[in-house]
Amino acid sequence: MTTTDTPRAQADRTYPSYAKALWQRVLLTREFAVIALLLIVFFYSRSEIPNFDGPLTIYYLLLDVAPILLIALPMTLVIITGEIDLSVASVVGLSSVLVGDLHQGGMSIPMAALVAILVGVLCGAFNGFLVAYVGLPSLAVTIGTLALYRGLAVGLLGTTAITDFPEKWTDLAKDRIGDSSYPVIVIPILVLVILFVLLLHFTPFGRGVFDIGLNDEAAHFSGVNVARTKFWLFVMAGAVSAFAGIYFTLRFGSSRGDNATGMELQVIAAVLLGGVSIFGGRGALHGVLAGVLLIGVLQSALRLDDVSANVINIIIGILLIASVMSTSFLTFVARTTAGMKRRASDGSPERRQRQASAHHEGNNS
Amino acid sequence: MNANGAVALQLVQVRKSFGPVMALRSGSLTVCSGSIHALVGENGAGKSTLVKIVAGLYQRDGGDFLLHGESVDFSSTAASKDAGIAVIYQEPTLFPDLSVTENLFMGRQPVGAGRRIDRKAMHEEATALFSRLGVSLDPRRLAEGLSIADQQIIEIAKAISLDASVLIMDEPTAALSGVEVDRLFAVARSLRDEGRALVFISHRFEEVFDLCDTVTVMRDGEYVSTDAIAETTPAAIVSKMVGREVAELFPKTPATIGEPVLQVAGLESAGVFHDVSFEVRSGEIVALAGLVGAGRSEIARAVFGVDGYDAGTVTLNGTAVRPRSPRAAIRAGMGFVPEDRRQQGLVTEASVAHNVAAVIRTKLSRLGLITRSAENRAAGPWSGRLEVKTNALDMHATTMSGGNQQKVVIAKWLATDPSLLIIDEPTRGIDVGTKSEVHRLISELAGQGMAILMISSELPEVLGMADRVLVVCEGRITADIDRADATPESVMTAATNTIGAAS
Repeated sequence: MTTTDTPRAQADRTYPSYAKALWQRVLLTREFAVIALLLIVFFYSRSEIPNFDGPLTIYYLLLDVAPILLIALPMTLVIITGEIDLSVASVVGLSSVLVGDLHQGGMSIPMAALVAILVGVLCGAFNGFLVAYVGLPSLAVTIGTLALYRGLAVGLLGTTAITDFPEKWTDLAKDRIGDSSYPVIVIPILVLVILFVLLLHFTPFGRGVFDIGLNDEAAHFSGVNVARTKFWLFVMAGAVSAFAGIYFTLRFGSSRGDNATGMELQVIAAVLLGGVSIFGGRGALHGVLAGVLLIGVLQSALRLDDVSANVINIIIGILLIASVMSTSFLTFVARTTAGMKRRASDGSPERRQRQASAHHEGNNS
Repeated sequence: MNANGAVALQLVQVRKSFGPVMALRSGSLTVCSGSIHALVGENGAGKSTLVKIVAGLYQRDGGDFLLHGESVDFSSTAASKDAGIAVIYQEPTLFPDLSVTENLFMGRQPVGAGRRIDRKAMHEEATALFSRLGVSLDPRRLAEGLSIADQQIIEIAKAISLDASVLIMDEPTAALSGVEVDRLFAVARSLRDEGRALVFISHRFEEVFDLCDTVTVMRDGEYVSTDAIAETTPAAIVSKMVGREVAELFPKTPATIGEPVLQVAGLESAGVFHDVSFEVRSGEIVALAGLVGAGRSEIARAVFGVDGYDAGTVTLNGTAVRPRSPRAAIRAGMGFVPEDRRQQGLVTEASVAHNVAAVIRTKLSRLGLITRSAENRAAGPWSGRLEVKTNALDMHATTMSGGNQQKVVIAKWLATDPSLLIIDEPTRGIDVGTKSEVHRLISELAGQGMAILMISSELPEVLGMADRVLVVCEGRITADIDRADATPESVMTAATNTIGAAS
């Protein structure tokens, strides 16, 4: 560092809060790029794809993405800490089987749902215990529990399905809010979205989540309880997955051990598409919501356009790769343009060089 | 300028910029054969850039670069090596799974009949090299687990086997203990006597004045001066480096020493430290001195709860602190500026505000919720008080210099208003100007009644700052020396008192 100040400056320095203007901070982000893409795809589909503007499109779209949307919320936090939970879809299956089995055994749906959620909490706690307190890698742990929980689910019910649910409950899962085209599931989703947004972006706990993902050692040194934070995130993932399982069961009126097989990958794809870094430390929930909805809108529009499911998967796969690539591409562009701008408007070269060289060597030595 | 020996390496007004960043504006350096030339300057003065140009890592944008009188242009590090230049970095990178010998001859193994590697010849030459350097190092052992000092010796041996005429050592002593430094210096002197040219980069003046015969000062990417060591003084060099008079390197102001704040009793951790008992009073600066690896940092980490301990108690302001919990230590009123800023001190990829507010988040929350603006409001004044150099509070700490990062770390802990601040290597890797700012700050904090536990490997810092010096040797406190009685000799004697030879 170079300084020409006297070491004991009397006046304290003050700083602007932000280096860039508000619009730059809001618009030039990956999250906003996903939101923009979502809007473009949505409005394009509405004007160009036949039947997309029909009254049922949004309704079915939301019904379809609801479980992914729900699980994406805790998954975002888990991935931001640098971990991953691959067992979520198996918890969906297990919870689905439990609801069916317990209801068949005479339990009321709310009681069965409560038990399913408690089991989801236990599943998450088991993951969390192994990852946070035993210190095993979450990838390995949750590959294991993916098989374990799915195995329990299929073991409990065999290959049969329970389809005998009271209409009161299966209708609720498909009900609309008043006369709107929004299904009732939107209400718990909104509540959870608000809770998770507050938790991740507006609490000390959420700040700790980012710290852990960027540098867990420094987080530990600053008093962040790394193990406890991770443990609770896995518990949340378990609980929300179980809730999604209950919804899944009632919506299709079917409780099966293989319900939602492979959904974990759809959830993770949506989270990554929403701008969350797989390496941890970076991401925001508005991006993830846009990511989930973008996949939903694309699927719905392409299906209406009679595109086959395989082609839809290919398109979504390419989109995911492009979005992950775009991060490095955007950084590259930002660095080059910033460099050119500075060179073009180099007002006081002397001072700038001095600051710059200070930075430069600070990085190297 | 040194008269004996011809000019080996000469750089004249060398320039180098990275995009808009001018890292080196006018770097000049003239090094003669048979001399050890010190290159000093604050962080950001351009030393590293200059070295990297010589090493062939960077290509210069302008200026002259002569080797033995001939203009050269290295397009790669290999070209520089071929021309007889060797650079020994602070932390050499060896192949840990290969033997010392294999590392020495990496990429140029001697081959015998049938193009097979001649291991015998390799070992013989390695043994010969080490005996020539006067060091005992088993050429057959794996490089894994070698001390940094030994790794540097291997790099030097490699340079000699390549018959390098110019050796550049970039802060080689930063991570070495006293004995290791002595061995390195002995090797360096013998190389000088063989007629090689050596460039030695260091932040430690006592070493520069001990080892070198000529010193070149750089500042802000420019050449400032070259003097014979015999004709200059540390004070003169410092003022040239910073471009101003640094009134006093260790501005210790007297403070009223009050009640005990931290009391550590019988702290024990198997194999790490034993029966550690001491106290730190309010307004008192206590230094933990000793060799690298003596267990000083480990004691501090245990006190703060980052690591656990097997027995003993830590009491802060009369209440016992729960072990193994930095959170509990923070709540009790401790702050801890760790040794490794980038890895432990801060989250470099997060903003200044995020870092400064990291520990006081709960306090900044309303109804459990925290906002960016609350963090900014809290971080602004603390950054300002420490004169952190940044354009805005949302700038990441990644791009900052070491000194600036250290200010962010200190700001973070001062924001918690601790009654005890533990500072591990407060000024490691920090330039002279910021160093004295940090020292003044520590002294001011003690003046306000804070208890300070400082760990430092720099003896002048220990002697200049501390009210009391606790010397740690092999995990035990071997001496408790008052400021008045602390001398380099008394501290070093205690630091080495149970071990005959540290190497």
